[in-house]
Amino acid sequence: MSSETNEKVLLELIKVSKQFGGIQAVEDFDLKIQKGDLHCLIGPNGAGKTTVFKLITGQYPVSSGRIKFKGKDITSMSASKRARIGMSIKMQVPGVFEELTLRENIRIAAGNYTNAADLDAETERLIKLVKLDTIGNPPVRNMSHGQQQWLEIAMALSSNPEILLLDEPAAGMGPEETAFTADLVNELNAQGLTILFIEHDMDFVKQIARNVTVLHYGKKFAEGTVEEISNNPAVKQIYLGNV
Amino acid sequence: MRKTKMQFSLGSENIITVLLLVAGAILPFFLSTYRVSIFSYFFTSAILGLSISFIWGYTGIFSFGQAAFFGIGGYTYGILSKLFDNNALTPVALVAGVALAAAVAAILAWFMFYGGINDVFVGLITMCFTIALSTFLGQTAGSEWKIGDVSLGGFNGITKIPTLYFGSYKCDKVTFYYVTFLILAAIYIALLLLKKTKAGYSLLAIRENRTRSELFGYNVPKIQVIVFTIGGAIAGIAGVLYAAWGNYITPSNLDLSASTLVVVLVAAGGRKNPTAALIFTIAYSIIANTLSSSGSQYALVILGLILILVILFVPNGIITAAFDGIDSAWRKFTGKKTESEGGETA
Repeated sequence: MSSETNEKVLLELIKVSKQFGGIQAVEDFDLKIQKGDLHCLIGPNGAGKTTVFKLITGQYPVSSGRIKFKGKDITSMSASKRARIGMSIKMQVPGVFEELTLRENIRIAAGNYTNAADLDAETERLIKLVKLDTIGNPPVRNMSHGQQQWLEIAMALSSNPEILLLDEPAAGMGPEETAFTADLVNELNAQGLTILFIEHDMDFVKQIARNVTVLHYGKKFAEGTVEEISNNPAVKQIYLGNV
Repeated sequence: MRKTKMQFSLGSENIITVLLLVAGAILPFFLSTYRVSIFSYFFTSAILGLSISFIWGYTGIFSFGQAAFFGIGGYTYGILSKLFDNNALTPVALVAGVALAAAVAAILAWFMFYGGINDVFVGLITMCFTIALSTFLGQTAGSEWKIGDVSLGGFNGITKIPTLYFGSYKCDKVTFYYVTFLILAAIYIALLLLKKTKAGYSLLAIRENRTRSELFGYNVPKIQVIVFTIGGAIAGIAGVLYAAWGNYITPSNLDLSASTLVVVLVAAGGRKNPTAALIFTIAYSIIANTLSSSGSQYALVILGLILILVILFVPNGIITAAFDGIDSAWRKFTGKKTESEGGETA
């Protein structure tokens, strides 16, 4: 690979493995995410997708291998430091603070990155970005599942990340909510944000992803464009069920 | 838009806060000197309660160790003020007591939080620490347990501790009351103001979800260590004031029942709300003091049962529930919704 291409690599996993006792959750997994990419990680349940996200964000330490971000080795860096250098995530189960209000949630997330004087304005900007500016300021527990997902995306964006990891951003959403989420992800990517996401809904994946990596039993099974993966008979066999 | 809506909220807590501060400021004009002095003691319990509210209510760190830091503050003040043998240096002993309590809290916190210990295990470790410290101090009756000329005194503790002096001025009971009241008020107001600051939001985040907070970039162990250290310092201030008030400190002030009681009181009042913790701690102190001076030990048992019932049926705290009830009734009366109910539309 040329050095020019290397400069474009934002996130790189090199032979990353993770073991939980005797269970090999991820094995020798390589991944390269280019700047500006909209990349999807798919695979059957238990393939290790969420574990990969947790390894990338530092929630789990790797058993072996290396993780590089912006060319720097971050393998032993804490989760909070990874967040501060430009990595952000929307978790599989919405990681919002249910007992607090919509705006309190945003302020918590943005408080680490915004001056006190600008915090209110930044809060309103983020709320508007995910179209939650018409619902007032309810306690988050009273918000719908979809609204909670968008809130968490807004919270994840509060750090102005360079890469956004979305773990099943459209899970549990109806068609309209899914369409809005797809538009939102596309819009963010069009603005230059690199996005890596996990998703089961192949229609959603086809709608937005450019490149896809297939994970199976913790190993990379296939990689390519959406079309290549959709037409890969082996992938269809293990994941798409010959659709 | 939001400001317009906010004006319809009664904010019973804000009204109570102002009333409490005014009441505290004028109390000595209406009570005997003896009663005023007793209130100084109640305020030391309230300061200890605020330390719990800060670390547990604000940040979610469940600790049985605050009584130990209370004791470290009190013992340090007692030992140093007697060693100095110069009353003008009692403020130095005060600062040293607070500093040592904070330092011990910092060391304990560093091992716990950077060691990945959290939740119930923090409670267990701090409980063990409290038991170990009170047990150690309880066995210091022998003549070999002396620092300079100051005997640690075993279960009898340290006696004849001088009260606070400012230069050559000895704090009388009313002055001491105001010193205690001002310190309590300062800590209380600081906690109220902290809630709406960026630092306050970071504590809130950690209390609600530590993992998520890390992923938002908060250095959770570092913040926990800072909070636990400040909580230790606040408990240390309470201990120093207690020793200076009563002129004694004993291991019973930091034993398991002392450390448990204050946690229970804060929980029963409302741990997430410093006003609730403050009111309930002082109310309990007044009732317990009245009952014990009347000699009715059964009444104290009944008080214990009431605490259990409050914890069982009003888990968020009885004072917090009262605030919510008053605010809810006010909203029904005015027919308005507050911002938090989504009454506002942009």
